[in-house]
Amino acid sequence: MTVTIEATAFAADRVKVKRRRRRIRGSSIAILVFLTMCAAFVSVPLYVVIVTSFKTMDQIAQGQIFSLPTEWTLEPWRYAWSQTCAGMTCKGVSAGFWTSLKILFPSLLLSIGVSSVTGYALALWKINWAGTFLFILFLCAFVPFQIIMIPLVVLVSSLGIFGTVWAVALVHAILSMPLLTLIFRNFYKDIPDEIIKAAIMDCGSFWKIFLEIILPMSANIMIVVLILMITSVWNDYLIGLTFGGVGTQPMTVILANTVITSFGEVRYNVNMAAALLTAIPPLVVYFGLGKFFVEGITAGAIKG
Amino acid sequence: MPDVEFRNIVKRFGSLTVLEKLNLKIADGEFLVLLGPSGCGKTTLLNMLAGLQETSDGTIAIGNRDVTDLDPKDRGLAMVFQSYALYPTKTVKGNLLFGLSAQKLDKAEMQRRVEWASKLLQIDALLDRKPAQLSGGQRQRVAIGRALVKNVDVFLFDEPLSNLDAKLRTEMRLEIKRLHNELKKTIVFVTHDQIEAMTMATRIAVMNSGVIQQIGTPDEIYERPKNLFVASFIGSPAMNMVPATVVANGGTCVARHEPSGVPLHLSRYQFEHQPKTGQNVIAGMRPEHFSVGEMPEEACGAYFELPVRYTEKTGSDVTAFLESGGGLIAVRFDSKHYHVPAAGERLRVSYPADKFDLFDPKTEVRI
Repeated sequence: MTVTIEATAFAADRVKVKRRRRRIRGSSIAILVFLTMCAAFVSVPLYVVIVTSFKTMDQIAQGQIFSLPTEWTLEPWRYAWSQTCAGMTCKGVSAGFWTSLKILFPSLLLSIGVSSVTGYALALWKINWAGTFLFILFLCAFVPFQIIMIPLVVLVSSLGIFGTVWAVALVHAILSMPLLTLIFRNFYKDIPDEIIKAAIMDCGSFWKIFLEIILPMSANIMIVVLILMITSVWNDYLIGLTFGGVGTQPMTVILANTVITSFGEVRYNVNMAAALLTAIPPLVVYFGLGKFFVEGITAGAIKG
Repeated sequence: MPDVEFRNIVKRFGSLTVLEKLNLKIADGEFLVLLGPSGCGKTTLLNMLAGLQETSDGTIAIGNRDVTDLDPKDRGLAMVFQSYALYPTKTVKGNLLFGLSAQKLDKAEMQRRVEWASKLLQIDALLDRKPAQLSGGQRQRVAIGRALVKNVDVFLFDEPLSNLDAKLRTEMRLEIKRLHNELKKTIVFVTHDQIEAMTMATRIAVMNSGVIQQIGTPDEIYERPKNLFVASFIGSPAMNMVPATVVANGGTCVARHEPSGVPLHLSRYQFEHQPKTGQNVIAGMRPEHFSVGEMPEEACGAYFELPVRYTEKTGSDVTAFLESGGGLIAVRFDSKHYHVPAAGERLRVSYPADKFDLFDPKTEVRI
């Protein structure tokens, strides 16, 4: 009999422990409040931007920035896309959209292409002075752009491409290479040694091993780097402003010019819509690419 | 078909010398096992043969080609790695085909070789799977297949079985032995597992701290170990090493077991150098050669009656550890023929006269 009683007491104890765990504690309330504040800090202005972009100017003139549009309109979006003025040209932010794309793709190709191969070589092949090279790359990754901006302008104009989309793309690619190379190198460093040894014995070709073995294993890091690069290239303002000429300015520069235009009536709804149009592509990339993360790149290759 | 030769190989990592003037010749068609504890330089030696590590000095020849400075892919070798090292994004077939990419072959020949290797290793049903969808044993087969398709003369195995479980290991051991018998290729196999070495090798090279201690057939290594290291490394449980003194030299050579004073009759022992009277020796006695009870006098080399400290039973075998002076003497016997002795019980055991191994305690070399 005593045994049963003890067992019941024990069971009751276990139930108690479980319940205690579910109770909300002071610290978790603090965390909740903090996180809510963080979320509000970003989402309240975002809410205002979104609702304003759908309002008519008449409603905006009444104030009440938190109210929903009484009359939903897409007119500001259409106007922002194709008609709003940036400085002297009035073609909307769409011109900047296409320029941004023209900057984005070459810079992605160049930076990812060069840095992934460099990272692969540094991580998996025996290279003289690899350590020194890595250290210099590491230093370069921390040099602020502003410090080297003027020499870069001189350099790029001596190449004869200053003021074109190529200049902006090239500068983006070069500036991102140190960081990307370090990222790729650290990723490839984790590929088991014996796989590359086997590949060297099987084939021995630097490029063939990279294209057939290493690149297919790089899906995860490619997605990380793509998100990183697309966001930074798209959202950049300073490089586009400095190296882009008239008609080759990226979307962010056009947006800024639209918003700071100082003549006539300030069309808040159009400005908000233009800002949102500019912000959409990186968001799409974020949500679109995130689901392609694959787990366990070396699954099955080696003893798990 | 080629043999493999290492001449005066030196390997240094910075100021640390791992291998010093190592010479080794592997005959054509031989199954040579490099056996030794971790860090003895056996994998370094294999990697240098494969071309994955550079030699600091010396030459490596395959056949009559000096391959010391050749790229790994040009050496005509295939290697199987411990961790399988399959290409995770390629199918089994893709893995096998990539093994052929250094050789310029036409499609039909590549196809023919893949079919041949996959049939031989019974992986032909798995050709379209990815490595992640295979079991450990299947992965190891694919790794071996990737080496086989190359149709080279020398195969290198770097501890290929140590990641497998005990049952699979036994299976793969037989499988590799079968492949060697069928294909008659030269195999260099690195392992620290003496069972693998004893069962598969035609010759074993026992290595320790960068030096080949002994090279010979498994029987030679087991029956006539050249020095204390080889004697203690081969055999499980390890050989008993007891100190003894030679007391009579001449017609009947006798040594006295130091702690107990038991005489060891050495008249049947084949000396390499005749010992002097009064010389200290180390007498090696393998646990499995002991028998419980007494022996006919002419066969008996030593007779002990000692208390049991503890026993270990492994299925059919019993290993009893007997207390002798400060040390223990391990004795292994079949449990069918004798009951498992209790701790403290006095056990009478005898050791055959023709099974001693004697070593010089200073030079550690066989006497």
